[in-house]
Amino acid sequence: MVDPFIASLTVFVLAVFVGYHVVWNVTPALHTPLMAVTNAISGIIIVGAMLQVVDINGSEITLTSVLGTIGIFLASINIFGGFMVTQRMLDMFKKKKK
Amino acid sequence: MANISAVLYLVAAVLFILALKGLSSPVTALRGNKFGIIGMVIAVVTTFMIMDKPVLGLIAAAIVAGAVIGGWKARTVEMTGMPELVAAMHSLVGLSAVLIAVAAIFHSGVEHTGVQKVELFIGAFIGAITFTASVIAYGKLSGRFGSKAVSFNGQHLLNLLLALAMVGFGIAYFVTDSHAAFLAMVAIALVLGVTLIIPIGGADMPVVVSMLNSYSGWAAAGIGFTLNNPVLIIAGACVGSSGAILSYIMCKAMNRSIVSVLLGGFGAESGGAGPAGDAGPKNYKSGSAEDAAFLMSNADSVVIVPGYGLAVSRAQHALQEFAELLHEKGVTVRYAIHPVAGRMPGHMNVLLAEAEVPYEQVLEMEEINSDFNNTDVVLVIGANDVVNPAAQKDKASPIYGMPILEAHKARTVIVVKRSMSVGYAGLDNELFYMDKTMMVFGDAKKVVEDLVKGVVH
Repeated sequence: MVDPFIASLTVFVLAVFVGYHVVWNVTPALHTPLMAVTNAISGIIIVGAMLQVVDINGSEITLTSVLGTIGIFLASINIFGGFMVTQRMLDMFKKKKK
Repeated sequence: MANISAVLYLVAAVLFILALKGLSSPVTALRGNKFGIIGMVIAVVTTFMIMDKPVLGLIAAAIVAGAVIGGWKARTVEMTGMPELVAAMHSLVGLSAVLIAVAAIFHSGVEHTGVQKVELFIGAFIGAITFTASVIAYGKLSGRFGSKAVSFNGQHLLNLLLALAMVGFGIAYFVTDSHAAFLAMVAIALVLGVTLIIPIGGADMPVVVSMLNSYSGWAAAGIGFTLNNPVLIIAGACVGSSGAILSYIMCKAMNRSIVSVLLGGFGAESGGAGPAGDAGPKNYKSGSAEDAAFLMSNADSVVIVPGYGLAVSRAQHALQEFAELLHEKGVTVRYAIHPVAGRMPGHMNVLLAEAEVPYEQVLEMEEINSDFNNTDVVLVIGANDVVNPAAQKDKASPIYGMPILEAHKARTVIVVKRSMSVGYAGLDNELFYMDKTMMVFGDAKKVVEDLVKGVVH
């Protein structure tokens, strides 16, 4: 069985390459929406925060779960704010197709 | 169950990549954004599936609260305020990463292996630096802290000592498992975020914002390593490389190396350092907006070079009205965008899109530069250094080597400016003194409104 760290490292290195090539193909005109959508995508950190908000030894409110809850809150701002503001900007680019 | 969730995470990761891929064209970008949203929903639902005894009330309340604030911000933000919003959002990712790492450290009953401890350390310190650095960047961009570079003697030595102390506490945590050492490490990283960013001047902010974009991705990936969660790692890595590419593009467009940006000081030295030695007053021609409107309505082709000054005076909409009037008279009108025209990558494109400029008319530097030879009139509004020919000719110039829009090659150049003052680099611009150049002085919005009237008459 492969060490989980090595498995993660493999995924990481390949993802860096994929990201590199995909982002070079983004048209410069859309670099601001790119930043906004990457903000939303970094909100994926919500997954890490959620995993902390669990019942630990019978107690729901622990330092861990409270910190995790704040993490979920912050990441949600990014997710909703990021995707919505990206949508708003892309709509501006779209409606000029006369 | 573990296999199903792994597959679902994979689907989410692929959707994120498709979201980025969609941005290769404005036509596919909206669909890409929807892919991103679906990916996020799948990732969150999958996480619920694999959680053991989740505290649903807390999680739901936090998501709803975040949705309300994020949604409100997304609807109300001005397009000129995008750089601040983006910087603020980077700080949230950073802080979130720190909180998760600390939460994981205090998660009683969970033993962390040596590798996991290193991963927690890396995720936490990148997150902490991202958090405070982004807060400072936000403050500088929004004008709350003043955009001046702050530098003092021994700055780099201080940063080095802080970095060493941070690593030292990291090692102490690794060896002793001490929570206090971990928290001390986080605290030092928070300070380091501030001291690293204060020497960087306002002019370099496009690079800094891109760089923090990158950091926020690496922070997410770092947390993904700790939790062995592939969707976090993939999304984080993509965001990280995206920000790195944008930083590189911005540095190249400003002719700056990433190292010199990070060491800072450019904003500070630009004050009076320009080559004031150029003897005596030089001659330039100035004209009225009516003259300019006459010239342009009789031209075959006009290229507009907008700078951030245009956005500051909110003249985009009037400018587009003017462009449409010219278009009706049979003039070919296009816009030429320098990569650093706004305050973040692609900013000017968004500002023009907001003013309903069709994106087919908006061209990047590489696309338009060869066309200036055949252009009748170039209209430069609120831009200066990006059209300074010294960048190509004068080896002594601080901006020598910076790619520019070759406006000076057009038959006639019209420059709209408040006065003859210098640009942010503190340099005079020989373009303003050329025989074919006409200066139109005044506030950009006022001048553009006069241009509109000039065409109508």
